[in-house]
Amino acid sequence: MFAYVIRRLWQMVPTLLGVVLLVFGLFNFVGGDPAYLLAGKISNPEQIENIRRQLGVDQPYYVQLWIFLKQIATGDFGVSWATNERVSAIFATRLGPSLTVLLPLLVIDTLLAMAAAMLVAYMRGSLTDRLVMIGCTVGQSVSILVYIIVLQYVLAYQLGWFPVQGWGNNLAENLFRFSLLPIIVGVVVSLAPDTRLYRSFFLDEINQDYVRTARAKGMGEGRVMWVHVLRNASIPIITNVMIQLPGLLAGAFLIERFFSIPGIGREVILAVERSDFPVIKAITIYVAIATMVINLLADLLYKAVDPRVQLK
Amino acid sequence: MSELVIAGRNVPRARSPGLWVLAWRRFGRDRVGVVSLAVVVFFCALMTASGLNLIAADWAQEAGVNYAPPTFMGPDAVEAEAVTPPVAQPAGGERAESSDIVDPLADVLAEIRRDPAAVAPPAPKAATLPFGGDKWGRDVLKKVIKGTQTSMFVGIAAALLATLLGTVFGALAGYYGRAVDDFFNWFYSIFTSVPYLLLILAIAAVLNQKGTLTVVLILGLTGWPGIFRLVRAEYLKHKAREYIQAADAIGASHRRRMFVHILPNVSHVILVQLSLHVVLFIKSEVILSFLGFGVGVDTVSWGSMLNEAQSELILGKWWQLVAATAAMAALVTAFSLFTDALRDALDPRLK
Repeated sequence: MFAYVIRRLWQMVPTLLGVVLLVFGLFNFVGGDPAYLLAGKISNPEQIENIRRQLGVDQPYYVQLWIFLKQIATGDFGVSWATNERVSAIFATRLGPSLTVLLPLLVIDTLLAMAAAMLVAYMRGSLTDRLVMIGCTVGQSVSILVYIIVLQYVLAYQLGWFPVQGWGNNLAENLFRFSLLPIIVGVVVSLAPDTRLYRSFFLDEINQDYVRTARAKGMGEGRVMWVHVLRNASIPIITNVMIQLPGLLAGAFLIERFFSIPGIGREVILAVERSDFPVIKAITIYVAIATMVINLLADLLYKAVDPRVQLK
Repeated sequence: MSELVIAGRNVPRARSPGLWVLAWRRFGRDRVGVVSLAVVVFFCALMTASGLNLIAADWAQEAGVNYAPPTFMGPDAVEAEAVTPPVAQPAGGERAESSDIVDPLADVLAEIRRDPAAVAPPAPKAATLPFGGDKWGRDVLKKVIKGTQTSMFVGIAAALLATLLGTVFGALAGYYGRAVDDFFNWFYSIFTSVPYLLLILAIAAVLNQKGTLTVVLILGLTGWPGIFRLVRAEYLKHKAREYIQAADAIGASHRRRMFVHILPNVSHVILVQLSLHVVLFIKSEVILSFLGFGVGVDTVSWGSMLNEAQSELILGKWWQLVAATAAMAALVTAFSLFTDALRDALDPRLK
């Protein structure tokens, strides 16, 4: 186990190095000279030279790469080009709002999708099953944008059940006032794909021999489904939820943008709009690291709950 | 090919149906699949006709009044009057948002805009349009057709690019193994450790230029890892099979074995992936264009239509939203069902 963790961590090094090279290459070779971006329209050569010196862009590439590696190691990416806020401070303040929305969203969505998936998997092949599956396909094919626009318009703007957008200062207000509608929208959007996926997980288990054995020895349907199938099917589901988390952190940008939630996702959009390279670089690198670590954790969890799994 | 030569004699033999014929027959029995294929073909025809400027070529023409309602609702002159500010706006509602600021160029602009129309008197603006008009009075129905063209083209072109990359990388990695495999796996792990949309946005930020081609490149160059993994696994499986050993024995080159012998045997996997990725990329393009990082300002896509629709909805002008949503939902649903049917037809062991 310990050796496995060490080996996995060791394998992360070349991958991480690759991500660093990718991001470095993107921003240094594809992106053009950042000094011109920063200096704006009114600038003279001296100013640009000055900015280049400050950013270290006038150094040879290996020096710049070294600076970038040092930034990653120390977590000090300097200041945002747009707001002069420290990048580390941006992370620290934006993570809270993101998680306030995402954690309840993940929990509610997972529970609902599991319930729906178990139901349709149990009734597989029936009319209900097929209707739900068709509904999921149609639901998935409507853009997430439409869900957000329509739900925000109807529930908040017209009916006034929720604030249209905004964010407060204390957790309770944020969670029970401002986060409610974003959470509802998020659940509505992710329910269809998750139900489809979890249904296939449930079906895998329902077709296993142990289910037949359980039925053969006279076990009630309720106990078969709730104890045997549910526990086995939850293993891939939990893994799936964990693996989703880092992607969601950045991927919830649409929800955060529409509801003006000062989270990581909205920061990504703002940074892209303003060509705020340090922020994008930092978020990309750290989300990549988080993805790798969480993948490892998911594998370890898999091993912990299912002793049959062999870690190689 | 269908004739078997035994001891110098031609023995006529019944032609047994090949993989594709069998798959096509299985597909034909799937009613959902056939209907969805018909819808997809219809959209393809729409895209081609629009691309060749046979229909909706004049989508940019301001045919109706601002926010002209759909014909079946009848004209509502009163509301239209109330919504648009009573300032004379010959060129449409461009300045509707900043009506308190006097545009110093307004008259000049109006002159320029009028100029081509000055020869012939400007056509009277229709009070209603078949499915309503947008802020400028452009026909929403034509915009949807144009948007279909853009979004579908981006989806298909990007999926072709991603499939090409994924297939070539996967073939090389799976066939050669060892160092080549390690290299491409490393490449794969890099691309999968950054969340997909974040990677797309980072590249969009760096490129900092809009345009259909840019979107195709962004989506295509980042979307290959899923295809790569599957194709690589297939090649690993196939390269150990006897027919490849036989191909080796008769002296077929590596390239020939990879692309003439193995490729047709894994093409069903690739085809299904291609179809899946078209849907994925259409959705991604809509989000990118909505955020303003996608197609250029002079191009209509479903994403840019949804962007306009967002503010229109507050004014109660729902038609553009409904039109773009319905077109997209119809195509994406049909494409998804078509993909499912295709998979079932090509791989009967599943299901």
